Amino acid sequence: MARPLPFKIAVVSSVLFIVCTNFVCCNNGRKVGDVMDTEFSGFSVPLEHSFEVDDVAKFRVRGALVLKAGREPSVSLTQSQLSEEDRTKLKDVAAVDGLYRVRVPRVFLQADRQTERQMEGYLTAFVRACAMVESHLSDVISLHTDVSGYLIGVSIVTLPGACRGTEVEDEVDLEVFNTTLSIMAPVNAPGPETALFLERMEMESEKKGKNPQEQKSFFAKYWYLILGGAIFLMVTNSAQPPAGGGREQS
Amino acid sequence: MARLIWLCLKCIMLYSTVQAVFEDQVGKFDWRQQYVGKVRFSHFDSHVQSSKKVLVATENNVFASLNTRTGELFWRHVDKTGPEGNIDALLQHGQDAVLVVGNGRLLRSWEINIGGLNWEIVLDSGSFQSACLVGQQDTVKHVAVLKKTIISLHYLSNGHQKWIENLPESETVDYQAVYSGGNGEVYALGVVPHSHIAIVAYSLEDGEIIKQISVEAPWLSNIQASCSVIDQGVLTCVDSATVSLYMLDLHLQSQMTQIPLQVLFPFSSPYLPHFLCVNAFFHSRPPLSEFLLQLGPEHHLLLQLNNGHIVTLRDFKPAMLVSFATTGEKTVAAVMSPKNKTACSINLFSGETGRRLLDTTLIFNLDPNGGKPEKLYVQAFLKKDDSVGYRVIVQTEDHTLTFIQQPGRVMWTREEALSDVVTMEMVDLPLTGTQAELEGEFGKKADGLMSMVLKRLSSQLILLQAWIAHLWKLFYDARKPRSQVKNDVTIENLSRDEFNLQKMMVMVTASGKLFGIDSKTGSILWRHYLNNIPSNPAFKLMVQRTTAHFPHPPQCTLLIKDKDTGLATLHVFNPIFGKKSHISPPPLPQPILQSLILPLMDQDYAKVLLLVDDQYKVSAFPSTKNVLQQLQEMASSIFFYLIDSSQGRLSGYRLRTDLSTELIWEVVVPTEVQRIVSVKGKRPNEHVHSQGRVMGDRSVLYKYLNPNLLAVVLESTDLHQERSFVGILLIDGVTGRIIHEAVQRKARGPVHVVHSENWVVYEYWSTKSRRNEFSVIELYEGMELYNSTVFSSLDRPHAPQVLQQSYIFPSSISTMEATLTEKGITSRHLLIGLPSGGILSLPKMFLDPRRPEIVTEQSREENLIPYAPELLIRTEWFINYNQTVSRVRGIYTAPSGLESTCLVVAYGLDIYQTRVYPSKQFDVLKDDYDYMLISSVLLALFFATMISKRLAEVKLLNRAWR
Repeated sequence: MARPLPFKIAVVSSVLFIVCTNFVCCNNGRKVGDVMDTEFSGFSVPLEHSFEVDDVAKFRVRGALVLKAGREPSVSLTQSQLSEEDRTKLKDVAAVDGLYRVRVPRVFLQADRQTERQMEGYLTAFVRACAMVESHLSDVISLHTDVSGYLIGVSIVTLPGACRGTEVEDEVDLEVFNTTLSIMAPVNAPGPETALFLERMEMESEKKGKNPQEQKSFFAKYWYLILGGAIFLMVTNSAQPPAGGGREQS
Repeated sequence: MARLIWLCLKCIMLYSTVQAVFEDQVGKFDWRQQYVGKVRFSHFDSHVQSSKKVLVATENNVFASLNTRTGELFWRHVDKTGPEGNIDALLQHGQDAVLVVGNGRLLRSWEINIGGLNWEIVLDSGSFQSACLVGQQDTVKHVAVLKKTIISLHYLSNGHQKWIENLPESETVDYQAVYSGGNGEVYALGVVPHSHIAIVAYSLEDGEIIKQISVEAPWLSNIQASCSVIDQGVLTCVDSATVSLYMLDLHLQSQMTQIPLQVLFPFSSPYLPHFLCVNAFFHSRPPLSEFLLQLGPEHHLLLQLNNGHIVTLRDFKPAMLVSFATTGEKTVAAVMSPKNKTACSINLFSGETGRRLLDTTLIFNLDPNGGKPEKLYVQAFLKKDDSVGYRVIVQTEDHTLTFIQQPGRVMWTREEALSDVVTMEMVDLPLTGTQAELEGEFGKKADGLMSMVLKRLSSQLILLQAWIAHLWKLFYDARKPRSQVKNDVTIENLSRDEFNLQKMMVMVTASGKLFGIDSKTGSILWRHYLNNIPSNPAFKLMVQRTTAHFPHPPQCTLLIKDKDTGLATLHVFNPIFGKKSHISPPPLPQPILQSLILPLMDQDYAKVLLLVDDQYKVSAFPSTKNVLQQLQEMASSIFFYLIDSSQGRLSGYRLRTDLSTELIWEVVVPTEVQRIVSVKGKRPNEHVHSQGRVMGDRSVLYKYLNPNLLAVVLESTDLHQERSFVGILLIDGVTGRIIHEAVQRKARGPVHVVHSENWVVYEYWSTKSRRNEFSVIELYEGMELYNSTVFSSLDRPHAPQVLQQSYIFPSSISTMEATLTEKGITSRHLLIGLPSGGILSLPKMFLDPRRPEIVTEQSREENLIPYAPELLIRTEWFINYNQTVSRVRGIYTAPSGLESTCLVVAYGLDIYQTRVYPSKQFDVLKDDYDYMLISSVLLALFFATMISKRLAEVKLLNRAWR
């Protein structure tokens, strides 16, 4: 992912941005063990998928999501391989440009008891089955929570995302899911940056203060020009100005 | 010295960005129309014989004075919206108009000549019941205000309270009316429903209760609806159950006398009679002894109380509307009765005798595209020969006021429905007849070379002829002074101008009246009243076919949905002429959830409208075979979304070939925490010219231009200032993927959003800092494009980079919209409607999350303005200079044929149309461009070349001879 310059700016403008982004990228297998060890607050919900030739959703369990609540929620996934039958079915669905759907139940991460966590209904998302096949089951699933920790949406994309019609010959490529999983809470939007701005203003005025040349007022600096102009005007206005008055004024 | 020059340069720079209009340009490209709204109370100013004022108080909380000669406003006062500014009563005495405002919260007195405020006082709390002027021996000095529990008397001259008294037994008695007969007593009339009337008489001097009686009246429930005071304090009530009148002399009697109506006037009608327009409660002078009874929908009776006996003066049947008016000593009743299908006649009848006055017939032509008459306001006056003349204002169901003079001359009409515009579209005007002729040639099938040539020649001839006529007209007009040249726009000579700057504004109003307005002049070219509008309607206006497809007429479709039941109807019409199309829209028996207009066209070039009903079945309009076939082919790429804000559910559907749908994604926002306030997509007719932004180091930052992106605004249900928040969700409408999720903590609505190109701008109220703030989100793909040829939501795996910045805005705002131009080359401005009535054109440049806090060489190269937390309002940014637009509710922008120019319409209580040039008029020569100079220079150069050429030749020749 190329993100050089704008990211630098984003870093400067908001520290909060980074602090509060809960970007957990975990490959399955590696992190699962960790969660199992620290079992105290994690809980698991099923991740289900469906791919049918007639496009009528029939969801089956694909794996188990282990969610860990807390200030920075994290998630990990254990999932089994695709069976022989499923592999051929997925290829068939891809051939008719069907959909590969996933769904997770609605949950509330911050609740203490299991009964409070589960809520009615599911969150669903989809990709084209052909994209799933052509990417060799490498998908990116992200779970989105709202401010208070309710799961509000799930999204799935494959990498690469395009359907080019390339045949996947090797059955082995369709066996193991290569899933990148993340859970995202909303980003805190920055407010107006008054403090930094004021600081900068102060610094500028300090800089000005150090240089006494700069601090002089307009009249102090250009008195000779103004005076010259005034005399010039006077001379041109009246051919013979009263000598005394002129001297007094200058 | 260098600094001085720098200062000068800065000044020049500043002035070059100024975008104000010049004095001579005022009103040249813009116009404003002011409205008052649906009239609730109306009084003709009658204290001076020659007065030409009529006072109106409206349901939009506006109090105004209209010129009866022209219909224009003398002055107008716009109060707060909602119940706070509600005008409860309007009383007029001489030069003063007394208003009770905000359910009896304020008492105000206005001077009606200039509209100045005489005084204003705050009344004691309590819900307002009634008010009346109190006079004594023909001089009116006080005004009495009756509330639920108290009655108070105020001086008319300064509003000071003379006395205030509690009403006795106000817990049980429902006091509803106040009356004063001019004998030093003020009566408060109350009722205990189905039991008795309570009458309390107060002394005018000190508010002492003089007497207190209760009269048996078990049939009465509401005084104001069924009673009135006539003659010298005779309370007359009508009981519709027993069809009889009850009378009670307030001064003498304590028992009501019953008079069966059948005795007075034998009639048979299933309709229950009720009182009409005696307006005794609201009148200063002693009430009339005549009164009107309505016996049926079109049946009225004029009665008179004569020495304690009721006499029937006249029976009006059929009579749609009746109204009393007095002038001098004479009282007349104006009666409107249907004449034929298209006209009504109004006649005057003497109040004393009930006889019809001679030569008083007035014909009111019913507009076939208008509503039925609803109210009649009569201004009667004495002519020189002491006979009574009159003028009337007829108010119709579509909120139109028509002022008519004898014998039926319409002096003016005011379309007050335009004070409540709900939605609008701008439609290109059609080509002229000759242009269309030329165009039509290409559409026809070729029938031989010779005939084609002839046809072409003839059409070219016609064009030549038209051009010569045009030149002649120009020449002719040029000789006349400018003010005399009239350019009346009528529906016949409508045609597109060179740069497509003149368009047809199709406006839909809340009352269900549609208008076609010429955008150049603001004149109403057509109107159409839809009389079957539900009480709580939602409108969506769509352009199905533009004027580009000659000879097919342009076609607009209005979807009218009843918010309560969800049932919808379609109204298909021609936006140029306002005529209902002959195409019959499909019946929609099911409630409609969503409508979407597809870029698909049928063989007649009408875009396809899809309607999704509550069974998630899709119907298409038009639904010809061709369309259905196209839909079947395209079905797998037609997606739509539905939003159920009550359950917080956003769901996406895909169309199937059999026009059923399947659910493909679902996002559920828990409603316990937040609610969905608004959802904004991008405008379909928006063009983005540049795919990316060139950075300081000459690399390109590509924009994330997802046409399916939706900005969903969430507001917290918890309104505590520490815990409230505003959330922004950016969701792809096809895949349901949440692209970005941001939350603005300690913030509250109302949130105004603009979503365009690759940015979303929103405004909210910061509860922490107690100020309005703007925030801008911009989305970028990064330094390289994923797929530069085509955008597909299904194939964009990488999430965009999101930049966000916020600013302080020094004012609250009413509405917000972005400018729109033909090709999207011109830089964008935000048009912000402020509550003060100004419309601010804020360059988008100032709302750019890449504004650097520390200025570097690169940011300077990119022309980024250094970050400043506050957005200033510069006065020269107001596009409507002094033309205040009251209560602006919406701004509509439309591109014109010129890339630099964007047409803007702001609507609210007023309508304001203008043009904006966000990047100035880079493609237009200035008004004062010196054609003479440039052509003379060119000519001089030409001749100089000729002469020098000649001279050079001579020189060469001479040299050759040498």
